[in-house]
Amino acid sequence: MKAYLTRRYMFSASHRLHNEAMSAQENLDTYGKCNNPHGHGHNYMLEVTVSGQVDPSTGMVCNLADLDGFVHRDILERVDIQNLNTLPEFQSEVPTTENLCTVLHEILQRGFTEAHLEKVRLEETMMNSFEYTGGNERIW
Amino acid sequence: MIYLTRKAEFAASHYYHNPEFTPEENQRVFGKCNNPNGHGHNYTLEVTVKGEIDPRSGFVVDLKQLKGVLTREVLDAMDHRFLNREVPEFANQIPTTENLAIAIWQRLEPKLKAAQLHRVRVYETPDLFVDFYGEA
Repeated sequence: MKAYLTRRYMFSASHRLHNEAMSAQENLDTYGKCNNPHGHGHNYMLEVTVSGQVDPSTGMVCNLADLDGFVHRDILERVDIQNLNTLPEFQSEVPTTENLCTVLHEILQRGFTEAHLEKVRLEETMMNSFEYTGGNERIW
Repeated sequence: MIYLTRKAEFAASHYYHNPEFTPEENQRVFGKCNNPNGHGHNYTLEVTVKGEIDPRSGFVVDLKQLKGVLTREVLDAMDHRFLNREVPEFANQIPTTENLAIAIWQRLEPKLKAAQLHRVRVYETPDLFVDFYGEA
């Protein structure tokens, strides 16, 4: 039987939305308060959904300790209490939550092989959230 | 197609143990969850059904009936129970959240009449949940 397992993680980070290719006015028009040169921060909530056959010997899609270990080592240690603009991934991309979603999806897709990655969902605040499935569309 | 989700909560205890594993293997795979005395969770169940809207009632499903099925098939059997010992499905399979979602689907699916079961979501904690869509 195929099941989908979702795990939630929290991290806090700062960012500034700014595109070097735009004029100062265009940056301000596009990003508003988020263009503040000093940056600002959020408590992000990361939701990772993986899927696979439930292993009859463990009753699990994948071992939660392994997923937690990967996410802590390869994601949270890199982004928690950090300025996202300083990460290599955001030297040429604006650290919007859309882009962060695809970056985190890429890290999981490449490194976590114990189950199939279905979705990465990020809440930037309680009022907005973003989901990336890597092109795999389905009704949740 | 309209999707309707009903929530319910239940509290239960469980532990993870595979009798075919050695004690060391059980400990390595299941960690703290292998404690034979069990531990508990407040589970949240979300049942999503789908269907067309009945033009007379305006319902996709009669919520009263859905609530009755949920209470009889799931809550009465699992609320304030030790899943390993008191729920027959877990006499020979491990009561992980994955297997719990599958067992709840199998209990509900034959009992739902008007609407079709779309998804069973079981939250073991607010930070961990499993979805089952009846897929093989």
